[in-house]
Amino acid sequence: MWRNVLVRLGSSLLVLWLSVSAAFVALHSLPGKIADILAGDNEYPGLREAIAAEWGLDKSLPEQYLDFIARLLHGDLGTSYVMRQSVSSVLHSQLWPTVQLAVAAGVIATLFAVGVALLTAGRSAVGRRVASLLELVLTSTPVFWIGILLLMAFSFHWRFFPVSGANGFNALVLPAITLALPTAGILAQVLREAMEKALEQPFVTTVRARGLSETQVRTGHVLRHALLPVVTLGGWLIGGLLGGAVITEKVFGRPGLGTITLNAITSQDVPVVLAVVLLAAFIYVVISTLLDVAYLFIDPRLRTQ
Amino acid sequence: MTLPSSTLAAAADAVLDNRVAARHFNRLPLSITVSGLFLLVLAVVLAVPFWITHYDPLAGDVSVGLQAPSTAHWFGTDRLGRDVFARVVYGARYSLLIGLSGMLISLVIGTLLGLVAGMKNRWLDEVASRLFDVLSAFPSVLLALLVIALIGPGLMNVAVAIGIAGIPKFGRLVRSQTLLVREADYVRHAVLYGRSRLQTFVTHLLPNVLMAIPIVATIDIGSSIMAVSGLSFLGLGPQPPTPEWGVMLAEGRDVLRVAWWPSVFPGLAITLTVISFTVLGSYCQRRFEGRQPA
Repeated sequence: MWRNVLVRLGSSLLVLWLSVSAAFVALHSLPGKIADILAGDNEYPGLREAIAAEWGLDKSLPEQYLDFIARLLHGDLGTSYVMRQSVSSVLHSQLWPTVQLAVAAGVIATLFAVGVALLTAGRSAVGRRVASLLELVLTSTPVFWIGILLLMAFSFHWRFFPVSGANGFNALVLPAITLALPTAGILAQVLREAMEKALEQPFVTTVRARGLSETQVRTGHVLRHALLPVVTLGGWLIGGLLGGAVITEKVFGRPGLGTITLNAITSQDVPVVLAVVLLAAFIYVVISTLLDVAYLFIDPRLRTQ
Repeated sequence: MTLPSSTLAAAADAVLDNRVAARHFNRLPLSITVSGLFLLVLAVVLAVPFWITHYDPLAGDVSVGLQAPSTAHWFGTDRLGRDVFARVVYGARYSLLIGLSGMLISLVIGTLLGLVAGMKNRWLDEVASRLFDVLSAFPSVLLALLVIALIGPGLMNVAVAIGIAGIPKFGRLVRSQTLLVREADYVRHAVLYGRSRLQTFVTHLLPNVLMAIPIVATIDIGSSIMAVSGLSFLGLGPQPPTPEWGVMLAEGRDVLRVAWWPSVFPGLAITLTVISFTVLGSYCQRRFEGRQPA
């Protein structure tokens, strides 16, 4: 048991270290580029040397790398080249809108998928056909186009929701739905298939024989059984929500981590990019650990092993 | 957002499910016919766009800017008075070719790494598998963004970024296929009959491993095109005035208050293309499932 926990922790740290190191080496091995970014439009003799000295860029790459790791271990993510403030304060201020967006989208996608699966799995052929066509369309439609269509209808035409920004509940509705729809399509697809498989299991006959209603059979027994493959997909989906947040925030002009990431990438703001890498890898590690725990709750068979 | 092709395939699969009966009557399901026809049209559009429209996708007259769809301009005109239909038609070249290049980059690198990982060398396998792990630890959009951060935005760079993000998909597929085929009886017998390792590899192992690729690749073109247009929409791909579909959507977003047509038609083109590739790919997957050594 403790051995497993230690191995798990070790491999998590390995993923974090590998990804951030690879990103560091890659981003810092572009000679002269970082000084160019920092110099901006200014140009005078000695400027580059001064910048290099100030930001520690005159040291060799291994030395810079060790400095970077040492700072990381002290919880210091460095200073943004472009915004000239500490990266952790930048991330801290932008984290909340994105978390709101991702959580809201996750909830909508789950509700949609569970609803569609409960209603259509193993039922009329027409219903299943409509559901699967809907799922195919949702998974094949680019998230930014969904956003644009929603904006067009609900913000510009009917004026139900604001066009951009992140103030209040109204500003969250459209972005959350936009981000949720492609995920909802995949979730519904996987859940429905799993439920159809579960419905053929002998335990369903037993439960029915005990006199439970169809609704009780579906919500109480079959759904739980079908959740396992969905949980397996869960980690990937949460990653998808984060990636999708970049595009969704751009469509709706929302502040957030996605916007920060996009700006950091277009302006080559290396410390911010590295922090985003670290954050993404961290989320991946945390989610996959949580999912392993979730398995134990969903499937009692795993607990005894 | 890039989707794992397996999920896209599963979605399309379900649609086809209801059409399986049709196969007994020796005719193609309607969804396949429609997808096939659409891709055929797309191929013509790709090869000879000037047959389809006589408008120039780059030249516009601001005085006829933002006109609604009409018989003169089927899809209307954009802010600069350029014909949206012509831009969608010429845009197919960019979107499809960049998407295709992205897919090919992941296919080639992924296949090579997968073959190396599937060979009998634990150390090489370990290195390749860890590489796939680290690459898939990141959401693919984010990974592609990181590659862009490194090599800068641009038309071909987007293909490279999407290509790198897609490596684990092909890598893992080829690795597991290689491990599987390597243990197959016909490969063992070939060795038993005195074939050299190279001969066995080329004539027996390689064809059977590679057989699994075309179908996955077909489905993957769809998600690759979607990812490319996403990065272009973010302004990281080809730059305006290039008539790429993602770029057009970004331009359309800015005039959404007054005109719907500059953003609706390019989006429709992307969606229909992705659906067609997915439906066709998963149909092939169903047809040839029995032939795979898996």
